[in-house]
Amino acid sequence: MRVFPIIALVLIGAAAGWFFTRPQPIDPDRFAGLIGNPDAGETIFAAAGCASCHADPNDPSSLVAGGRAFDTPYGTFFAPNISNDPEHGVGRWSDLELASAIMAGVGKDTRHLYPAFPYTAYNKAAPQDVLDLITYMRTLPGSDRPSEAHRLSFPYNLRAGIGAWKLLYLNEDWVLAADSVQMERGRYLVEALGHCAECHTPRNALGALDHARWMAGAPNPSGEGQIPNITPAALTWSVGEISEYLLSGFTPAFDVAGGSMAAVIRNTSRLSDEDREAIAVYLKAVPQVEN
Amino acid sequence: MKKKIFTPAVCSMIIAMVTPAFADGHLSQDQERAIAARQSHMGLLGFNLGPLGAMAQERLPYDADVAAAAAANLAALASMSQDRYWLEGTDTGVGGNRAKAEIWSDPDGFDAEMQGLATATVALASVAGDGLDAMRAAFGAVGQSCGSCHEAYRAPRN
Repeated sequence: MRVFPIIALVLIGAAAGWFFTRPQPIDPDRFAGLIGNPDAGETIFAAAGCASCHADPNDPSSLVAGGRAFDTPYGTFFAPNISNDPEHGVGRWSDLELASAIMAGVGKDTRHLYPAFPYTAYNKAAPQDVLDLITYMRTLPGSDRPSEAHRLSFPYNLRAGIGAWKLLYLNEDWVLAADSVQMERGRYLVEALGHCAECHTPRNALGALDHARWMAGAPNPSGEGQIPNITPAALTWSVGEISEYLLSGFTPAFDVAGGSMAAVIRNTSRLSDEDREAIAVYLKAVPQVEN
Repeated sequence: MKKKIFTPAVCSMIIAMVTPAFADGHLSQDQERAIAARQSHMGLLGFNLGPLGAMAQERLPYDADVAAAAAANLAALASMSQDRYWLEGTDTGVGGNRAKAEIWSDPDGFDAEMQGLATATVALASVAGDGLDAMRAAFGAVGQSCGSCHEAYRAPRN
């Protein structure tokens, strides 16, 4: 029979496809022996900008209740409730399950999570920082606001495709080289925790960041207008001026940050002077892109 | 002989039908003036924030007279009536300005922001001449008021 080898090939192909695109949780060894510190986690929570998306839009003091909608070309994503509530939040998730979500984009039910959640950046975070973050988040008040299901169009509503997407675009490579301790720290804050590129870098047709136009600005993902180019081609402020902006929101001409950046400033204002300066040093080292 | 379809009469009918659709994208002179006026107002606010911010950030030595004068200007600016600035139809959709539609859909929230700036700048003006620390504390509240309004009611540049 000639049909048999074809069927066998198809089955092998399907099995291989499943194997290479299956959800893969984080390696537990990376967390072996670590103990979470909630105080350190509070700073990570700010540096990672969690509340910028997960705060309740109707009650921003509720930092992790979720509910904010993000209209994208693929449909509408809703930030889920990530509070400690056992039913509507993540109260029943183990530390490793949460770490898998944050660093590998794999949920408790071992489903792929959509990369609207920036695990593409958080996968470069230090396991100790992620555990500190999780430990801190468990101290925040629970919310019983039910999470809303994303409303995505076909074929983006099929989670199987996320596995293939991860194969193409999910890796732990840094975008910029770092030649000093300060630059390394800045890169960690910008590329891993801060996930600045998620808004400031344009995307390709499949929604992956365009590394050739790193930080060159992009359409606003949550409304009208453009997120600005912050490569040195457009952002000409000094390291001191950028640091001040990240502290107070004031530009050198005493305009004040607004829009989504206002929430970012609330976070960066909680970092140390050294961390704000490291971010500024990183931004000055980004290759210039004109647009 | 082919009959001409686009006679002058037909052309003017088409123009009359299409014009209202285009009018949405164009501004009346009053609207243009209102946008220019409020942008000038923002420029004056920024200009007067300048010396105070530079002193607060210790890029300029503290000078009580300069601080008091700039803060008095801010308080005066923030207390001015803005009723004629925010004409209907002058949001981000037209003229490249950054005023979000929420200014018109949520007038109470917007008024509260304006009131907040007036309160914060009057408080700043009352202490700006009393030394760097007093000025800096009140200045921080003004910056937060600016940011709070920009967060909700100002769109990014296009």
